[in-house]
Amino acid sequence: MASQVLISLSEVRKQFSADARPALECVTANIYGERITGLVGPDGAGKTTLIRLIAGLLDPTRGRIKVAGYDTARQVSTVHTIVSYMPQRFGLYEDLTVMENLHLYADLRGVVGKHRHETFERLLAFTGLGHFTGRLAGKLSGGMKQKLGLACALIHRPVVLLLDEPSAGVDPVSRRELWKMVNELVDEGTAVIWSTAYMDEAQRCDEVLLLNEGKLLYQGKPGDLTGQVEGQTFLIEATEDSRRQLLSKALEQPDIIDGVIQGRKVRLILKTPTTVFPALGTNVQARPTPPRFEDAFMVLLGGIPKTRISNITSHIFQKLREDSTGTRNIVVEAQDLTKCFGSFTAVDQVSFTVCRGEIFGLLGPNGAGKSTTFKMMCGLLRPTSGKAEVAGVDLTMAPAKARERLGYMAQRFSLYSDLSVHQNLEFFGGVYGLMGRRLQKTIHRMIEEFELAPFINSNAGDLPLGFKQRLAMACAIMHEPQVLFLDEPTSGVDPITRREFWIRINAMVNQGMTIMVTTHFLDEAEYCDRIAMVYQGRIIATGTPDDLKRSIPSENLPEPTLEDAFIEMIQRHERYESEGEGLRRDG
Amino acid sequence: MLNRIVRLIIKEFLAVWRDPHNRFVLLVPPLVQLLIFSFAATHEVKNVQLGIYSEDHGSAARELISRFASARRTFSHVQYFQDLDDVHRAIDTQDVIAVVHIGPTFSRDLLSGTPVALQILLDGRKAYAAQVISGYMSQITDRFVGEYVAVSIDPSKPPRDAASIKLVSRAWFNSNLDSVWSTIPGLVGILTNLIALIVTSLSIAREKELGTFEQLLVSPLRPLEILIGKTTPAMVLGLGEGMAMVAIATLVFALPCAGSPLLLFGALFVSLFSTIGIGLLISSLAKTQQQAFFGAFAFLVPAILLSGFVTPVENMPAWLRWVTYLDPIYYIILIAKGILLEGMRMPTVLQLAWPMVPIGVVTLTTAGWTFRQRLE
Repeated sequence: MASQVLISLSEVRKQFSADARPALECVTANIYGERITGLVGPDGAGKTTLIRLIAGLLDPTRGRIKVAGYDTARQVSTVHTIVSYMPQRFGLYEDLTVMENLHLYADLRGVVGKHRHETFERLLAFTGLGHFTGRLAGKLSGGMKQKLGLACALIHRPVVLLLDEPSAGVDPVSRRELWKMVNELVDEGTAVIWSTAYMDEAQRCDEVLLLNEGKLLYQGKPGDLTGQVEGQTFLIEATEDSRRQLLSKALEQPDIIDGVIQGRKVRLILKTPTTVFPALGTNVQARPTPPRFEDAFMVLLGGIPKTRISNITSHIFQKLREDSTGTRNIVVEAQDLTKCFGSFTAVDQVSFTVCRGEIFGLLGPNGAGKSTTFKMMCGLLRPTSGKAEVAGVDLTMAPAKARERLGYMAQRFSLYSDLSVHQNLEFFGGVYGLMGRRLQKTIHRMIEEFELAPFINSNAGDLPLGFKQRLAMACAIMHEPQVLFLDEPTSGVDPITRREFWIRINAMVNQGMTIMVTTHFLDEAEYCDRIAMVYQGRIIATGTPDDLKRSIPSENLPEPTLEDAFIEMIQRHERYESEGEGLRRDG
Repeated sequence: MLNRIVRLIIKEFLAVWRDPHNRFVLLVPPLVQLLIFSFAATHEVKNVQLGIYSEDHGSAARELISRFASARRTFSHVQYFQDLDDVHRAIDTQDVIAVVHIGPTFSRDLLSGTPVALQILLDGRKAYAAQVISGYMSQITDRFVGEYVAVSIDPSKPPRDAASIKLVSRAWFNSNLDSVWSTIPGLVGILTNLIALIVTSLSIAREKELGTFEQLLVSPLRPLEILIGKTTPAMVLGLGEGMAMVAIATLVFALPCAGSPLLLFGALFVSLFSTIGIGLLISSLAKTQQQAFFGAFAFLVPAILLSGFVTPVENMPAWLRWVTYLDPIYYIILIAKGILLEGMRMPTVLQLAWPMVPIGVVTLTTAGWTFRQRLE
């Protein structure tokens, strides 16, 4: 493709306040026309800042940005006519209907008369929103919202289309549709910049800018970066060890850069390719596997420092082990759990059980009912009917007693940001009934275990992301709960923080803790022992990640991913539903 | 259970206190407002332009006119008119705010004992000032009637000063007619409740925004415990600042504090109890701090307007007066004025304070119920 430079960034730096880390540091790059450029990186990498700089909404602190030859600082109004920007959220007026939103953006862009009519027709056909023109934007699903956002951004045909995390909170099916739509736009000659925290999306871009903590780590074709770790990635399996034990052993090895759980196997990145692992035991089978973009990213970041791993001990808990012997094996149980909001049934007769020491995942798109189920299980919502039990206590009968036995960690680490690390620990310990010497001892143990000592008097709000996560986890487990509830625990965090998080979770599970997790993030789902796929308020499939992957036909897909499995399950479910409806109509 | 509540209360204090912005907003504006409003929000009317249109040249009329003209503190300028058209014009153009119209038979009628009418024209657009001025004017005419008429009719009798006694009754509790004195107790009542209302209405909403409220709800804390934890810091802050304002009032503005400060403390406690209930109710309904702020605002503005701080409750239509009886600020202003200026005693205070208790009980219970319902 011989396309020319469309956007040039030269030594761009953006610093929001003098004492803060710059949001972007000395970024020099060229972005070309007629292709999709991925802006890839975890939260806080500087993706949104860069997009807003390109859109001319922010001025760089230093350096210069040119869009099609126009300087974004000095020729803003021209830049605005070339560029369309779809912000992450807030791009739509939720209290207006689909059509009203379109009219509003058409008014803003000065698209009138017959031209407006034609544009609307084209966009509604393109996005498939034709049937929903009268619906309030706030009542659309995540995927449809993004499509409407895209339509609004396309009211005039931009030269450059900036999309800020368009796939966040969108179910896999809609995500595929969005990609298809964007590819069509590129074929028509629009340059698209797509920012994302999902590493698997990087592989679909023609070109990527990989950002981390404000620094540009890589620019080029994603395949070229992935190619750099070709031959270093392996899947291993052991007959005697569980996958979790295997992973923790593997990560201690100096020549293993990274390891994650993938189904029943463990995925490793090695410094030097080999298929024999004497340190991991004799019964280890290994085979090479094609590298992924995230592997390459991990190698660029240098993997998790080994010292961090060795500090994670396997004896955080004192009480839990004794408690767990002799008690019932089922820790979490849902029986015909149903929740109705008015006439809408958000969760419809959901049943499942989670055993001690198991990681159980609820997987599903936003609005499928997984959060509602999750909230009923930890006592945040009262079920309309059915039973929810935690550690043998019925949540509706003795809510406070049941809540003592569970820990909860929300998506945005809900800590008191104006309280210091120590005060947060004191508060959460105290609320869960620890006091006096026992409280002080527990706090001390948490500080040691999570290496919080250097920040002990800092405000929780000022901690680096990784430490916030550690503190949130410490607060959630201080009282040694029987089961820990995790709500999308690592979406958007950088891969190192995510690895560390799961290593800790694995260590806790080995000590008898039970984990229940919701996620729409498929990499996270791989860590689960069992997954329940939730769709339209029902569980449409349950099983181990490998079971689910194996259950879909694999003529075209010899090695389907969880995402493939998920999409197939949804499609099967819908086919079944429509057949059922057809039968009912016929009968 | 006690341990849990204590931890929660400590946390609430820290949350309010550790944020420097919060600290500033809670401490500085209320005290500054007390000082500024006390100096600025004077209810006295001074430097008024008065018009006089007299059709009578008798001695009684002249005497009355001279009494108006010599009340320099109030009527800085006096304008004389020759006919009614000039009077109309002067009021229209706001040259004068009030005109005294003395009829042609004023002196004669007065001396002969016939009932006398004295017309006063007021600029109704300046309702409040006009009302105050009409008060001043009736004061002047009353005194005139008392002194001049009595003396003129029968010099042997001592002057009757029944009218002036009536005047004194107005100045009993504020003998210098110093309006700062009547403003401050009201401000103490309003500002104290304002602090408590803001602290409580924002507290749960803030936690909802940060996501920490869910964290509280999954903990073993019961709704009642959360209520107690949320109520205490606002109560302590409100009482502390309220008493600080009373100290400023007595030390800086030399208010007498005629009654028992302890009684005032108790009254503030009851009044804070009711506003904290309202604040928590707002907070339990609001999803964001912005909504909570609007809620607090939607309560505060009418509550202050209806409290009698700005306009006398007696001037309100009957149905609106009933609304006022639901306004906790109405009671605390009456009590604060009573204790600080009159030395109001326990029985009267109790009589005025009790309606705030049911207001607090109802709102607190509803708040507790609401955030349990929000779990549904």
